[in-house]
Amino acid sequence: MTDLTDGAALDVILGDTRFPLDVRFPSDLRYIERVVGAVSRNCAALSFSDRVCNLQIPVALSEALSNAILYGNGEDVSKRVRLRAKVDDRSLVLEVADEGKGFDLEACTSDPTSPENLEREDGRGLFLMRRLMDRVERFTDNGNVVRLTLLRT
Amino acid sequence: MSFAIKKQGEVCVVDVEGQLIVGNRQELKQKVLDEIERGERKFLIDFSQTGYIDSSGLGVLVSLSKKIREAAGELRLANLNDDLKTLFELTKLDTLFQIADTREDGLNSF
Repeated sequence: MTDLTDGAALDVILGDTRFPLDVRFPSDLRYIERVVGAVSRNCAALSFSDRVCNLQIPVALSEALSNAILYGNGEDVSKRVRLRAKVDDRSLVLEVADEGKGFDLEACTSDPTSPENLEREDGRGLFLMRRLMDRVERFTDNGNVVRLTLLRT
Repeated sequence: MSFAIKKQGEVCVVDVEGQLIVGNRQELKQKVLDEIERGERKFLIDFSQTGYIDSSGLGVLVSLSKKIREAAGELRLANLNDDLKTLFELTKLDTLFQIADTREDGLNSF
């Protein structure tokens, strides 16, 4: 695992990193774009489809990372977010861990597409993760972990 | 990532270059609110240079649509690529916004 404390180091690490990826970085929203970009580039190099690389991975992973930073770690930069990414012939698995207490995934079932919710500004993050990934799981393993799985077809 | 705003006739055109995500959504929101404050009422947001949009970015667009409507203004979106169209369709936001295929179509729709 690589533990990073500044953005420059993150760029160096992510610049030519190949899966499996295992990095920890401070709870700062500015890291999201670079981390997501690195994972998407890896997926493109592995011949995942454009739809996966340009939509499914960027949006779903961005949601998981922002939830970890904003809600799990409360934007406390002394707390870390850990991303693990691995791929095999069958699937791509992304695990985002924070230092929070976690949440009940099954309790978050509101439908942002219903007429009463359509003009809400929030409430689409988990919905998008579920729609763009094949599986979304949450569990506790030395912190709160959200696991996103995309099957290779 | 950057947001460029310029006037084309009576329309305030916003180009979103890069991603529209949780880390920069407030910048876009504030820029458009500043234009409303200055008296602008017609807005077109052009996504031809946009990578991806996350739920926070979508939330800001929803918020801006309400602010513009409350100010008796109009908002158009234009140039969504296939992935962005899918995102709007998944969230049914394609039913909330007026979306034009091209910038020209959007400008002509006011």
